[in-house]
Amino acid sequence: MAASATVLRPLHPARSGGSQSVAIGIRGVSHAFDLAGTQLPVLDSIDLSVAAGEFIALLGPSGCGKSTLLRLVSGLEQPTAGSITADGSRIDRPDPSRILVFQDPTLFPWATVWNNVATGLDARGVLKQERRRVDSALDLVGLHGFANAYPHQLSGGMAQRAALARALVNDPGLLLLDEPLGKLDSLTRLSLQTELVSLWRTAGFTAILVTHDVEEALLLTSRVIVLSERPARIKAEFRVERPYPRHRDDPELVALRRQILATLGLAT
Amino acid sequence: MSNVGQTLDAGAGTSSPLRLRGFQQAVWTNGLLAAAAWAAAALVTVGLPDVVPWGSAGLFAAITASGAAILFVLSFVVHRLGRFTAGALYYGPWLIALGVWLALWELTTAKFGWLPKPFFSPPHGLLNVYVAEAPRLLICIGYTMRLWSLGFAAGVAVGYALGVALGWSKSFSYWGMPVLKLIGPVPATAWIPCTFYFFPTTFAASVFIVALASGIPVMILTASGVGSVNRSYYDVGRNLGADDWYLISKIAAPASLPHVFVGLFMGLYYSFAVLVVAEMLGAKYGLGWYIQFQTAYSGYANVYATLIIMSLICAGLVKLLFVVRDRLLSWQKGFI
Repeated sequence: MAASATVLRPLHPARSGGSQSVAIGIRGVSHAFDLAGTQLPVLDSIDLSVAAGEFIALLGPSGCGKSTLLRLVSGLEQPTAGSITADGSRIDRPDPSRILVFQDPTLFPWATVWNNVATGLDARGVLKQERRRVDSALDLVGLHGFANAYPHQLSGGMAQRAALARALVNDPGLLLLDEPLGKLDSLTRLSLQTELVSLWRTAGFTAILVTHDVEEALLLTSRVIVLSERPARIKAEFRVERPYPRHRDDPELVALRRQILATLGLAT
Repeated sequence: MSNVGQTLDAGAGTSSPLRLRGFQQAVWTNGLLAAAAWAAAALVTVGLPDVVPWGSAGLFAAITASGAAILFVLSFVVHRLGRFTAGALYYGPWLIALGVWLALWELTTAKFGWLPKPFFSPPHGLLNVYVAEAPRLLICIGYTMRLWSLGFAAGVAVGYALGVALGWSKSFSYWGMPVLKLIGPVPATAWIPCTFYFFPTTFAASVFIVALASGIPVMILTASGVGSVNRSYYDVGRNLGADDWYLISKIAAPASLPHVFVGLFMGLYYSFAVLVVAEMLGAKYGLGWYIQFQTAYSGYANVYATLIIMSLICAGLVKLLFVVRDRLLSWQKGFI
């Protein structure tokens, strides 16, 4: 696959350097689901600040509420208690400046890759003036040859690239990554991890990554937040102060990995 | 055939099965059998006298004899016809059965009178109806197609719009679904008394009956289609800045299309089923009206002949709908 060799480049190099990235403030956020009349608490007074341009990871046991926290930050849902702000203003609705990328690519199967990527511009009525941005977003993820393909014709890795292009075409200040590489085979996963880092470093958006993979969190992000079992509280926080590109056998990362696994109760 | 297996197993020369296959390729056996069956139908038709005269026996014999001649020629050249070859070979058994069926049909009705007039008609009796009644039948086809297309188009348009509203809006669904569940199973024809009161002309009433029959399945299937759209698609849309109208027109509408087509197929069949009754309402022409008129005068051959026209039109429209569906839903290929 020629596509996997492509290194992601920023869509607008002129605006790189984090000038448009968003700072996130999460203050005393609790959330509960209403399941047939009974309240199921999923988040318990989360306090977390993410600086503009920072790349952090949320780690925690499966079903602990990590994905819920991302949905709240995206504005698709409102927290039961507490507040979430983007650059100081309260998040009360979804916005194309904060884009959620799911574990499933959730491309629209009836639309070509080009039209899928164009969705955000089309929905805001600016597609006519901004058509070239769709092409550059496809170039960026190495899918220029697949503009007219339908999603069912793409491999898992290519579909996830298309989903990334659909997010990046909007020049988001914040990228919310909900296990975006979770369903990919390990080789595609490794190459996309590298590409995500280089993309983040050049484009300079803020990014929050939800993952199960401790190694992935350590390779990509500068801070790892470990959450407890449901209802999730912040259990521990680890700074990863290593230069990029990182290597999985870096002794400091290996030590951190052991510490994090111990916090998760998986000490070896 | 067991010989073939033995020679192959023994690793001996395979020339004899190969030569046999070469002969089969040169002559299409099923084509010859079909030609014989069609020729038999022609011979029976002209060779034996009708118990009661039906007319057009000569014409029918000429048609079946020409069919036999064409099949005979095809038997020798069918492998040189390119794209047409596969189709002809596939329908070979059907062509034989059709010839046999026509011959037996002639014998049991016109020739031996086991299935008597006026309840049954031989094939040349039906042909005679087309010959004698062509002008009137053509007018009837025109009237029926006008009624059907107006009714079907109106039913599909209203059914689709209401279906989207039912599938999308909670309050619309709260009030609409119970009503739909109550009136859905009521046959469209049961509304005839009301339609007489509400519609200015009987033609408008007939259009309404056809629209109702085709609109209800479209409405139900569209509602369920819109209701079953993957919620994540809406999340993606809202996250990318889409308003409600965008979510409905650009996400719910295409995502529910596979369901909508099931509704369209059901609506097409139902609309044809009520055509006959809809044309009871004071129509002056139309295939349904013609069927009732002829039934009253025991013109059963005319009834059968008209039913064949109706089923051919219906089958043609179903085929057309399949073509449209395959084009619009090509993105589904490879799905499941």
